[in-house]
Amino acid sequence: MKTTSTTQPHFPWRETASAALRKLDPRQLIRNPVIFATALVATAATALFARDVMSGTAQLLFSAQIIAWLWFTVLFANVAEALAEGRGKAQAAALRSTRQQTRARRLARSGGEAYAWVPATELRSGDVVQVEAGELVPGDGEVIDGVATVDESAITGESAPVVRESGGDRSAVTGGTRVLSDAIKVRITAPAGAGFLDRMIALVEGAARQKTPNEMALTVLLAGMTLIFVLACASIPSFAIYAGGKVSMIVLIALFVTLIPTTIGALLSAIGIAGMNRLVRFNVLATSGRAVEAAGDVDTLLLDKTGTITLGNRQAVAFLPAPGVDERELAEAAQLASLADETPEGRSIVVLAKTRHGLRPRDVAALRARFLPFSAQTRMSGVDIDGHELRKGAVDAVRDYLRTLADGRVLPEAVVAGADGVAKAGGTPLVVARDGRALGVVHLKDVIKGGIRERFAELRRMGIRTVMITGDNPLTAAAIAAEAGVDDFLAQARPEDKLALIRAEQADGKLVAMCGDGTNDAPALAQADVGVAMQTGTQAAREAGNMVDLDSDPTKLIEIVAIGKQLLITRGALTTFSVANDVAKYFAILPAMFVTVYPSLAVLNIMHLHSPQSAILSATVFNALIILLLVPLALRGVKYRPAPAATLLARNLAVYGVGGLVAPFVGIKLIDLALCAIGLV
Amino acid sequence: MTFNGWLQIVVYVALLLLLVRPLGGFMHRLYVGERVWLTPLLGPVERGMLRLAGIDGREQQHWSAYAAAMLLFNLGGFVLLYGILRTQAWLPLNPQHLPNLAPALAFNTAISFVTNTNWQAYGGESTMSDLAQMGGLAVQNFLSAATGIALAFALIRGFACRGTTTVGNFWVDLTRVTLYVLLPICLLYALLLIALGVPQNFSDYTPVTTLEGARQLIAQGPVASQEAIKMLGTNGGGFFNANSAHPFENPSALSNLLQMLSIFAIGAALTDVFGRAVGNRRQGHAILGAMLLLFVVGAGLTYWAESAAPSALTHVTALQASGNLEGKETRFGIAASSLYAVITTAASCGAVDAMHDSFTALGGAVPLLNIMLGEVIVGGVGAGFYGMMLYALIAIFMAGLMVGRTPEYLGKKIETREIKLAMLAVLVAPLMILGFTALACVVPAGLAGRLNDGAHGFSEMLYAYSSAAGNNGSAFAGLSADSTFYDVTLAIAMLVGRFAIIVPMLAIAGALAAKRAVPPSAGTLPSDGGLFVALLIAVVLVFGGLTFLPSLVLGPVAEHTAMLTGGQP
Repeated sequence: MKTTSTTQPHFPWRETASAALRKLDPRQLIRNPVIFATALVATAATALFARDVMSGTAQLLFSAQIIAWLWFTVLFANVAEALAEGRGKAQAAALRSTRQQTRARRLARSGGEAYAWVPATELRSGDVVQVEAGELVPGDGEVIDGVATVDESAITGESAPVVRESGGDRSAVTGGTRVLSDAIKVRITAPAGAGFLDRMIALVEGAARQKTPNEMALTVLLAGMTLIFVLACASIPSFAIYAGGKVSMIVLIALFVTLIPTTIGALLSAIGIAGMNRLVRFNVLATSGRAVEAAGDVDTLLLDKTGTITLGNRQAVAFLPAPGVDERELAEAAQLASLADETPEGRSIVVLAKTRHGLRPRDVAALRARFLPFSAQTRMSGVDIDGHELRKGAVDAVRDYLRTLADGRVLPEAVVAGADGVAKAGGTPLVVARDGRALGVVHLKDVIKGGIRERFAELRRMGIRTVMITGDNPLTAAAIAAEAGVDDFLAQARPEDKLALIRAEQADGKLVAMCGDGTNDAPALAQADVGVAMQTGTQAAREAGNMVDLDSDPTKLIEIVAIGKQLLITRGALTTFSVANDVAKYFAILPAMFVTVYPSLAVLNIMHLHSPQSAILSATVFNALIILLLVPLALRGVKYRPAPAATLLARNLAVYGVGGLVAPFVGIKLIDLALCAIGLV
Repeated sequence: MTFNGWLQIVVYVALLLLLVRPLGGFMHRLYVGERVWLTPLLGPVERGMLRLAGIDGREQQHWSAYAAAMLLFNLGGFVLLYGILRTQAWLPLNPQHLPNLAPALAFNTAISFVTNTNWQAYGGESTMSDLAQMGGLAVQNFLSAATGIALAFALIRGFACRGTTTVGNFWVDLTRVTLYVLLPICLLYALLLIALGVPQNFSDYTPVTTLEGARQLIAQGPVASQEAIKMLGTNGGGFFNANSAHPFENPSALSNLLQMLSIFAIGAALTDVFGRAVGNRRQGHAILGAMLLLFVVGAGLTYWAESAAPSALTHVTALQASGNLEGKETRFGIAASSLYAVITTAASCGAVDAMHDSFTALGGAVPLLNIMLGEVIVGGVGAGFYGMMLYALIAIFMAGLMVGRTPEYLGKKIETREIKLAMLAVLVAPLMILGFTALACVVPAGLAGRLNDGAHGFSEMLYAYSSAAGNNGSAFAGLSADSTFYDVTLAIAMLVGRFAIIVPMLAIAGALAAKRAVPPSAGTLPSDGGLFVALLIAVVLVFGGLTFLPSLVLGPVAEHTAMLTGGQP
């Protein structure tokens, strides 16, 4: 997985610091109960300190240090959040720079070519604008007339221009992209300020951020734990009075703050923002944090065969001649029929004929041939040359073609058998016929992407089921499915079949992820728990999905799942770490607190901390510093390697659970040594 | 420590495990409403009773209706018992002509028995008439236990059912549990106890002259019948003040073993009912495994602490070379007494066969911690199970994220609502225990009840409120609890400690029952293996421990460290 270093060349010290200070606003703090509680008691401690200064009580240096570290705890939490947001802001700024003042040629409602220049901000849904070469598209919309090449690098980072045309699945244009050639008429679909780019900016900035369901549940848990520690700490003064001692307020507050889960409380929102940003760096935009969370939970991945599992094109791998036909004869006929066929399949036939039989491609123009392009009606392509009629097409198509001939011929059994054999092997059979005689079959093979089998095995280990969606017949589909190692497949799939499959999976309680680009994918994208729309797709598809892949790479679904899981693991790991830390803090503070009452409790001071004051201060310092130390981890996410849940849990429990138990013992001891060395206690 | 002592612990666990499967299977059939071998006999009784009460047994209740029925039923039980206690002098079966109970004591006792706590701020033989014992206390022993089991059933349905809005029918569960489980077992159990020498009669005090020539009044009564349900229902309220240390309640080592087994029997079997209900018995085994591991460690620790004779205290006669025998019955010895103490506090039973107050600091800390952890180690009938499930939910929620999925247990997503309710339930114990102990520490009425000063006196108060809030009912002795202050505050702790946990748990059951379950895959956290057991134990200890560590440090830990260093606690 791509990760970028957390240390940036120009660390935004000032921005981060001022953002952290701004976040001290109680209205912002209250969103985070643990840090809010910390701020509350820090305020109380500060007030008490002010009173003590007036009355001139001793221990002012100690109190002042504790209070300073309490405020640092709050500030560090704000810093973590500001840092996470800062990274998004940088990305947003880059996006916004494309958002210059654009003017638009708004066509009159009455129709015709008359237009008026208006600022892009005045455009409303339904307006039609004309965009010409060199101009920026003023807003999101649908091409309703014309074809143009568009530079979408502002959004995708991909410099190669893409074609946008009216009708079909390539009709969506995005505000802020530039038309390079030709002119198009665009019907605006999103009013100014609510376009795709605007939403993107808002999302990466975290402005529109809402707590995800799991974050909310975790916040409740943390708030509950905070309440428990309120009870645990509030009862101590009374216990101390019973024992004939006294616990100072500042010590009690220090104990409280170190016990409540400040670590995870401070980092929780940073983890969430960083997760979204990781997706953005992967060129995937999620419309909500909820979608990222859902990605981690996905049980079933629906993957389109073409482009995801196989390379987009099939390649000819063999000529299977009919009985009595020379293979070379078949190859030659196939080559001639494919000369004008510019599809990858067609080209691969020409290449195969050359490599197998040394048949050089001939000059098409010199042949004075009449080429028949592939048409949806005949479902064949071919060529009429020298009085011969060469045709190639699917088995059914050629069979129909032969039947329509004057003498109503049929396909020889051997050819049909050969075609079936190819299909069973996962290939696509093309039958080649000359003058109404089937010469044989060309074996077109789907080329499975390198390494995809291993990735599916990986997904299986993660407990995710993969389903291949294909328009192929079941035989072919089964063979490819077996070769690619997917768990299941849906053959001869129509868009409504996809939708039905998603519903069926969801009825079993499973979460489904899919990607799609066409308008007819929109219902399925909307139904899926994680619907990744391709940036090249239609506006409808982009609206229906909850993520948009700017690279339009369907394989990314797998990375998206991994990012979702990484986000959740990071959250769990830091929660576990935070709670486990408390054990050591108790061992530091409790003996320090009560040793004057029960001297024998000194044996609990297993870290041999210098003095009660140094023990309490060290625990408080550790509690604050650990937040800063873990910020990089929160932003980067914990390491994630696909593995079964049990393995992951065992490893993470060992690292963050056991580590969380041990680390503070070491940390507090070191801080204690340092504090004593400096002479602060 | 002796080999025999350790063997007793091993034998006990082995016998318990033998009981789990048959009892679990039997109760699971009741849980789903299938026929059992007792049905031909008791089926008509069950149907008749339900018809008489005007209840349609097929009607399923929403969790709130289930909770309302449970609360109403328990309120009725409270009113009835309070009435009996306040009027026993005028009612029959009062051979000793005992007077009515004072309002505060009657209130405390009624709450205590309705909540399955059986905290006893009175001495049974000198306070309760036979009618109050049999018709009042024993009846509540049955019904509070049945209530607990019914609630466990409702919670199990929450995990096992999918997409329903109901969690069963309280009246049906209550009736079935009482008729098919508690009554038949107690009938046999009581007969067995009678055979072992436990009295069962309506006799007045018997005046005797002892060998030393002193005059003594020997109390008897319907002991065996009450003893059976006291143990099986993890009630713990003894017929006699000395509870199971009294030879009439617990005459021999065999009866002692039987008692210990019967405390854990139903609680342990409920984990198996759970496993069967969710279609994977290993799920139940994992829960039981976590419980028993905690139990064995606790029992071992207590036994070790009680066996070791602290060098600083060897001059005390009761602390012989063989260990700390103060407050223990020589009939049972150190191993069985330690085991009994750990069992009775692990479950919310509260019956005692030794004085926990006399345990060493560490030996007494284990029972105290057992109670504070919420009595989830097998636990009270039903209560222990749902207490452990509370921890399981929290454990899964905290660590479940670490497998890269939002947390789910048995295929059900744990979301904000469940966590909110779970935290509500978790907060009850610290609020009651720490809150009231803190109060008792500073008001004269609270301090007046202590037998000891210093850390030990603190432990006595802490133990009392822990015992009440945890519905345990065992006492650290030492504390004179029959004052208005303790009667009322302990009653509140018992009441809140029971129902403020039950109602959120039922709400969780309702929320879970409505969810669909995601089928398990390699990506879901396995909750039936050793890893989950370890995780669950860690969460119980860390979560429970962190809450109460300051109080433990000021009580038993201060005492123990003082003993180690030879100082005054």
